[in-house]
Amino acid sequence: MQWYDEIIQVLLIGIANGAIIALIALGYTLVYGIIELINFAHGDVFMIGTMVSLTLITWIPGLFGVRQALQLPPLTVFALIVGSLLASILVCAALNVMIERVAYRRLRNAPRLAPLITAIGVSFILVNVGLVWKGASQVNFPDLVPRVDILRDIFHINTLILFTLKDLLVIVIAVPLMVGLTLFVQRTRLGKAMRATAQDRTAAAMMGIDINMTIALTFVVGGAMAGAAGTIFGLYNNSAWFFQGFRNGLYSFTAAVMGGIGNIQGAFLGGMLIGVVAALSDRIIDPRWTEAVVFALLVVILIFRPTGLLGEETAERA
Amino acid sequence: MPSRLGIFEMRRGAQSPGTVFRNAFLVTFIIFLALYPVLDKGLGWGKMGAFPTILIYTVLALGLNIVVGFAGLLDLGYAAFFAIGGYTAAFLTSPQSPLFGIFQTNFYVAMALAFLVAAMFGIILGAPTLRLRGDYLAIVTLAFGEIVPRAFLNLEQWTKGSKGINPIGRPTIPWLQDGQLTTLQLSNSDQTPWYYLIFIVGGLSVFAIYRLAHSRIGRAWMAIREDELAASAMGIDLVQTKLLAFAIGASFSGFAGSLWASMLQLIDPFQFDFSISIVVLSMIILGGIGNIWGVIFGGVVLGFYDRVLTSEASNWLHGLAAAVNIPLLSPFLATVDLTQFKFGIFGLALVILMLTRPEGIFPNRQRAVEMHGGEDIEPIDDQLGEDALIDRPLGGVRA
Repeated sequence: MQWYDEIIQVLLIGIANGAIIALIALGYTLVYGIIELINFAHGDVFMIGTMVSLTLITWIPGLFGVRQALQLPPLTVFALIVGSLLASILVCAALNVMIERVAYRRLRNAPRLAPLITAIGVSFILVNVGLVWKGASQVNFPDLVPRVDILRDIFHINTLILFTLKDLLVIVIAVPLMVGLTLFVQRTRLGKAMRATAQDRTAAAMMGIDINMTIALTFVVGGAMAGAAGTIFGLYNNSAWFFQGFRNGLYSFTAAVMGGIGNIQGAFLGGMLIGVVAALSDRIIDPRWTEAVVFALLVVILIFRPTGLLGEETAERA
Repeated sequence: MPSRLGIFEMRRGAQSPGTVFRNAFLVTFIIFLALYPVLDKGLGWGKMGAFPTILIYTVLALGLNIVVGFAGLLDLGYAAFFAIGGYTAAFLTSPQSPLFGIFQTNFYVAMALAFLVAAMFGIILGAPTLRLRGDYLAIVTLAFGEIVPRAFLNLEQWTKGSKGINPIGRPTIPWLQDGQLTTLQLSNSDQTPWYYLIFIVGGLSVFAIYRLAHSRIGRAWMAIREDELAASAMGIDLVQTKLLAFAIGASFSGFAGSLWASMLQLIDPFQFDFSISIVVLSMIILGGIGNIWGVIFGGVVLGFYDRVLTSEASNWLHGLAAAVNIPLLSPFLATVDLTQFKFGIFGLALVILMLTRPEGIFPNRQRAVEMHGGEDIEPIDDQLGEDALIDRPLGGVRA
């Protein structure tokens, strides 16, 4: 393998992982943008998403009389993937908005510490749900995506770079979701309401915007993205774990901060960068140090550019 | 400002019947703690094994209270300093340590050095990060709390990685035996000397923290917590004062860490994960943030829940299932394992506490008004006052 092959390979791995991180990061960035809360439970909502699709993917084939999903005809498998993706999106959106209603709404005007602690509490509850539901060890997530080496099998390029259908799938799901979200926030009335609420809640209320509804909507959108990320994560990594939300949540929060919190394109960029940095660290340093490298990067960014790469220069508030 | 109201209320309500009751309760509680080993032995409860650990966690909570309760800086990676203290003691006293044969000390010197090393790391972490806004600081400390145990795990050549370092030097204490004053080396077989050693260290910590809280520095911390801008206008050096809180807070966990390592005789990186930081933080929040006595109460209660109650309660439920025979419910009760739900119950308790009594059970009065004050005062204070002057930073959804 030539050195440039290797670089491209690492970049591809990084981009695929980064797309998942970016999807989760959107939830952090939207929620922080609108109510200035680090939604600690968000990573665990993502974990629940993986578990929901895992449950569907292992349960539904039984209805067709086969033991494993891969024994189904290809079109049914495709429908199963789409179905579990949608189910995961729905469950996570509903879960996230429910969390907001029960745990965060009453604390909206309380000091910062209170909702943050509640968020940690909710996170613990969700982790416990995952633990009781799927057990303490890593669970195998069925490998539903056919192993197709796109560059060699389809384009007949003679290369050592591996770009599989799985990598493509991640990008094909994640990118349209992010483009759609950007358009939603930029172009629709609801998106405008979200931006207005984020800018100044009181003024937005005076303009006739239903603040509670708009904030709930933000949680719906964030939860939906986390749900999508959950399914993709399972399909891509072929594993699910009740504690996966913690590390991925932190990576995603890092991505959100890196891109400039509150900024949707920033979350996308930050996710990709974190994915690439993690892949580079896996390759060059040692996978055991990757977590430390990413968190150290977070610390460095927060110190030297707390507004993130695409964030605007803003005053510090006490 | 809510704070002014707080001071006013504190003076006016100092001798109310509620205060008398609350003080009486807390005094009884401290006496109960002091006599616990005797009670445990006399009444045959058999829970002595868990209690030194509970006290160590309480000392941790007292240290974190300086950072979070007094200075108002949210630290989500406090377990990192606990780990640093523990590993410092292990390095200085264990035959397995990389320093063996180069530099070894007895336990008390190691404890003092653990205190200093943890304080040093507090400064190393704090110096670049304390300028950050509140919740960013929380995330940086959280990241630090993840990096430190990870580093101890990966640096196998020094820390023995996941196997951990053992044995670790033990303290000797003066001991009265057969009317003769001798020394006793603490061992794992009897927890009572450990309990009292930690109790004394804890007591000294309480004294030191109490004096600190009522000193010039303590007042500066609280001023920063209530209003940074006003504090800085009064001539308080924000970064230096915060750094001091960080370093002093960290140093108490250095103490606790060295005791912990020596008591367990084993230190490995898995003893210091994120949940420790959160449990200790919850002790403060439950007991009453900023109030030393409340924190002690919260620490012991939560430690008791964590170490004793969850396993005991399962047994009670099994007993209940055997005693009353209710169809459907009894088979469930007979097999339920509450330790499995420990964190869920804990999380639920945090949510309920924040929604109903965010200031904790025995709050610091000023803090209580702050925690509630926002609800009535915010609209004028925050929205018009601050936002009009300073452009809302970082908030906002931009696409």
